[in-house]
Amino acid sequence: MSKIGKILQERILVLDGAMGTMLQRYKFTEEDFRGERFADWPALLKGNNDLLSLTQPDAIAEVHRQYFEAGADIVETNTFSGTAIAMADYGMEELVYELNYESARIAKEVADEFTRKEPNKPRFVAGSIGPTNKTASMSPDVNDPGFRAISFEELKAAYKQQVEALLDGGVDILLVETIFDTLNAKAALFAIEEVKEERHVDAPIMVSGTITDASGRTLSGQTAEAFLISISHIPLLSVGFNCALGAKQLTPHLEVISAKSHFYTSAHPNAGLPNAFGEYDETPEQMAEQMKEYLEKGLVNIIGGCCGTTPEHIKEIAKLADGHRPRPLAVKSY
Amino acid sequence: MGDTIDHQQLTANNNRPLRLSGLEPLVITPESNFINVGERTNVAGSKKFLHLIKEEKYDEALEVARHQVEGGALVIDINMDDGLIDGKEAMVKFLSLIVSEPDIARVPIMIDSSKWEIIEAGLQVVQGKCVVNSISLKEGEEEFIRQAKLVKRYGAAVIVMAFDEVGQADNLERRIEIAERSYRILVDTVNFPPEDIIFDLNIFPVATGMEEHRRNALDFIEGTKWVRENLPHCSVSGGVSNVSFSFRGNNPVREAMHSVFLYHAIKAGMNMGIVNPALLEVYDDIPKDLLEHVEDVILDRRDDATERLLEFSESVQGKAKESKVDLSWREEPLQERITRALVKGIDRYIIEDVEEAMQQATKPLLVIEEHLMTGMNVVGDLFGSGKMFLPQVVKSARVMKKAVAYLTPFIEASKDKNASSAGKILMATVKGDVHDIGKNIVSVVLACNNYEIVDLGVMVPPEKIIDKAIAEKVDIIGLSGLITPSLDEMVFLAKEMERQDFELPLLIGGATTSKAHTAVKIDPVYSQAVVHVNDASRAVTVVGDLLQKETSGQYKKSIKLDYESFREKFLSRTKKKEYLTLSEARKNKLQIDFKEPNIKKPDQLGIQVWEDFDLERLKDFIDWTPFFRSWDLHGKYPTILSDEAVGEHATELFADAQKMLRQLLEEKWLTAKAIFGLFAANQINDDDIEVISALKETIAGKSIFRTLRQQLKKREGVPNLALADFIAPKESGLQDYIGCFCVTTGFGTQELAAEFEKDHDDYGAIMIKALADRLAEAFAEYLHKEVRTKYWGYACGETLDNEALIAEKYRGIRPAPGYPACPDHLEKLTIWELLAVEENIGVKLTESLAMWPAASVSGYYFAHPAAKYFGLGKIKMDQVTDYAERKGISIEKAKKWLAPNLVDGD
Repeated sequence: MSKIGKILQERILVLDGAMGTMLQRYKFTEEDFRGERFADWPALLKGNNDLLSLTQPDAIAEVHRQYFEAGADIVETNTFSGTAIAMADYGMEELVYELNYESARIAKEVADEFTRKEPNKPRFVAGSIGPTNKTASMSPDVNDPGFRAISFEELKAAYKQQVEALLDGGVDILLVETIFDTLNAKAALFAIEEVKEERHVDAPIMVSGTITDASGRTLSGQTAEAFLISISHIPLLSVGFNCALGAKQLTPHLEVISAKSHFYTSAHPNAGLPNAFGEYDETPEQMAEQMKEYLEKGLVNIIGGCCGTTPEHIKEIAKLADGHRPRPLAVKSY
Repeated sequence: MGDTIDHQQLTANNNRPLRLSGLEPLVITPESNFINVGERTNVAGSKKFLHLIKEEKYDEALEVARHQVEGGALVIDINMDDGLIDGKEAMVKFLSLIVSEPDIARVPIMIDSSKWEIIEAGLQVVQGKCVVNSISLKEGEEEFIRQAKLVKRYGAAVIVMAFDEVGQADNLERRIEIAERSYRILVDTVNFPPEDIIFDLNIFPVATGMEEHRRNALDFIEGTKWVRENLPHCSVSGGVSNVSFSFRGNNPVREAMHSVFLYHAIKAGMNMGIVNPALLEVYDDIPKDLLEHVEDVILDRRDDATERLLEFSESVQGKAKESKVDLSWREEPLQERITRALVKGIDRYIIEDVEEAMQQATKPLLVIEEHLMTGMNVVGDLFGSGKMFLPQVVKSARVMKKAVAYLTPFIEASKDKNASSAGKILMATVKGDVHDIGKNIVSVVLACNNYEIVDLGVMVPPEKIIDKAIAEKVDIIGLSGLITPSLDEMVFLAKEMERQDFELPLLIGGATTSKAHTAVKIDPVYSQAVVHVNDASRAVTVVGDLLQKETSGQYKKSIKLDYESFREKFLSRTKKKEYLTLSEARKNKLQIDFKEPNIKKPDQLGIQVWEDFDLERLKDFIDWTPFFRSWDLHGKYPTILSDEAVGEHATELFADAQKMLRQLLEEKWLTAKAIFGLFAANQINDDDIEVISALKETIAGKSIFRTLRQQLKKREGVPNLALADFIAPKESGLQDYIGCFCVTTGFGTQELAAEFEKDHDDYGAIMIKALADRLAEAFAEYLHKEVRTKYWGYACGETLDNEALIAEKYRGIRPAPGYPACPDHLEKLTIWELLAVEENIGVKLTESLAMWPAASVSGYYFAHPAAKYFGLGKIKMDQVTDYAERKGISIEKAKKWLAPNLVDGD
């Protein structure tokens, strides 16, 4: 069992909060995004947050630091869009390896710095693997439902490249997150399994789906349980949900996963639902109050935040985690 | 009974249920009811679905799937295995559409194919947890493990067939042996979750009258029980209707058999399967006496169980089968009798009935136009709706022809020349091709529909077709061909018709033709209507539409448009494939480590001729499956005899074939001859085989076989094959060997067929040709065996039955020029020269290099254990050029002969 697996038997681990929300505070300009290196890059680069790992590495390290200080055990690398598929928007497919490698390296350095200070609370880095901006199960053209903008093989190849770079950069965990199409996730998991087999390594994998609306289904139409069944063929560290919903709306789906899964569970919801201006305005206290239910019902092993959450939110969540016992893992009777 | 599964075992299973998912979960626990798998979305099982997929009517195909789910199927099986569709593309397309339909996609999908690449392509487009149907040890452990690992990585459950390297499990011991071995490999080696394993333990028919089938049901049930008790967590599935095949036509008995079988199989632990709910009686509603008889059979409780059930079944309602001596129909009104004679193909009374009709009619012609056509319309309707099958229609035609032949003199005498036919159709097998079975069937069926047929026979040169068409003032020209060069002949003829401003519609048919070829290659060169017609029933409607005066213009226009859009679609969807250059392909050739023990010097080098071989010896070597195919009946022998849809007709056809075969053998209708030679040989220049013949006749004592190399880019580790790879290269210093042969059973066929035709017995004429073809194949199989075990002698210990021979389980291959591994027909010339085939046994090559007589087979012999059949696939122009140079022929000539294999646009 991995080191982190052992710790999970004893306590609830805390994941960090949003990276994007924190970076917004820096109010970076187009020039800041470009830095010297990409001053002449043909595409507009503002908004390519992953690129900041190369052009503003100190800011990225600082965000990680703030989350660790707030009590996070795990931070996510700044690589949510770090595939050739998503980077194609900026013409930066060639930079994928470097972006992931550097992001992993920065996070790992900060994590090691904290582990050295507090050896009894080791800090971990999860390589963030986003869903890409294409979907393998749905057609972007309503008039041609059989059409697909991306194939399994293309997704697998893109994910494989990202996974290899993240592992080279030193991540402890691979986090396949914000899954709106389970087939994309299956391609990512397939790629991870290939890399594991080729390198003879074993990296713990966290899988986190996204329930997009009140229907209780993923964007690609699966119920929580169907989603769970579809990704359970791979030995996972944890399975859970993030994004799209606030803590409160997520509860019923988390209950399903908690009851049916043999893996540890995770939840990192948004700071509520966005308001009329697209902002997340749930306060740390409000959010923690809702997440208390997860802990009282024993639904989770890993908790954190997604869009709109800040180190202040994580601080509250960490306090909460500290006072509760983790969800016991049903022993799979082999 | 003792067949009930141990409940503790079930409780243990409870912890690891089989969990599947579509958009919604399906969790199969021991408490779950039997899981019924919907199977109407299977091209192999549903004619309708096959049709929809072939026509790319995906909207309607989706309705079939939707209907299944609405009807309560908890899983839907999807199968696209059919020779005429691109299975991979169809699977991906259909699944992509299904996942966009939430009310279908809510259930898990069973991806069903015998081809791994289709399964894998399917797994790549479905997000849920599917079931793969199926994998097995058939191809050995290595492939089994490779596939199982991938199934696991894609996150699917799997059906494992009770099939291994030796064959299908057909008794209890073998079922247990294969299930246990498969399970251990999956669980121990692959680390496959045992709850994701579903065994298909082969449900075979009972009450067939064969002693060895008596325990078929019981062995399945006991096998199921053993599997569920000894192989923890797995499931057992199967296709239930197989069990009752011998009672097809008697639904009450079949329904009872299904429920009795399921009752016991489910008790034993079968928890999934394919059952047609329309063919299922409620167990408790089965009358006690029937129940007892059926259980006797299913559970093999008495020695005479089958006889007793057969006897009893006669008394059960629904025993529609009339006995042969039932002549009560002779009491019916005249028209009914004539119709019945035509539908059933009974010619015994037809003259009698026609005579009676003639007395009632004002003129003899009316007998044809009214009585006989009324009957033939019924035949046409039944055939069109799939309720009659081709052999029956040909028999109907025989009755019709007999009646018409009787009436003709009277019609002539009455001098009523108004009997204008519905139209005149010229039929011909094109230049260089000698195959005419299909053409004859279409001719007969058209003739029965009152079309006048001008049949020019086989090997008809284009100028003759054109001259005759003009002289006879025909309305339509129909071309047929079976070998690949015929395709180009057809294109040539179409161009010629265009040049001479013909306006006649052109029909294209025959085994190698296709709608795609017609649309892409023929239609564009002829501005009139060109229609691809591959079955006789369609021919009637197409010809009818083409000749319907009022609407034919419209129809021809729509045909043109249809082919144009088909062509565009076809060309646009032809996927880009990657090809290697010839030199790259050669670098990736198969590198056999040639070693002494695998190279055997033939015991008898040189050429042998067999004259007048006793055909009796070939009887047991006949592969019957293609025989049925030549009659448009699709299915594997012998199971086709008990097939739900065509079994009855197949059985009848088979009985007729056996009868003729017996007569043919006893009365020595056909003459069989063979020639073969075994020679020293070596691979030279990668792709060629130098053959050293000790005979003076061949120039310089050396012949060279030129082989072609695959150029499609392969998966890593898979070589680009050429036949030459199977022969040791000269540089190795090892002397290797090769053989070649020609057999024929065709002498006499033509004359016999002509006799039958003279008697208006097209059924007989077609039958004799089909049998001669089968005998030729059997002869080739027999000769190959003799060569392996005696003349070459590398397989002295070989003992294989016919089934194993058909399955090509022996060492060595006998590829034939013109077939997928070596599509170049020109190589036949080398064989003919090397063996002096024509001089020795009289088999000739036509200008298109077809063999004459048609019932002949020729080819090479390769003996190395690594030699295997393969398809050349498409090749690039660089190889054509190189090949032409090696062969000393012009590039144009090489290009002409290799055209079907040339990469499009190259």
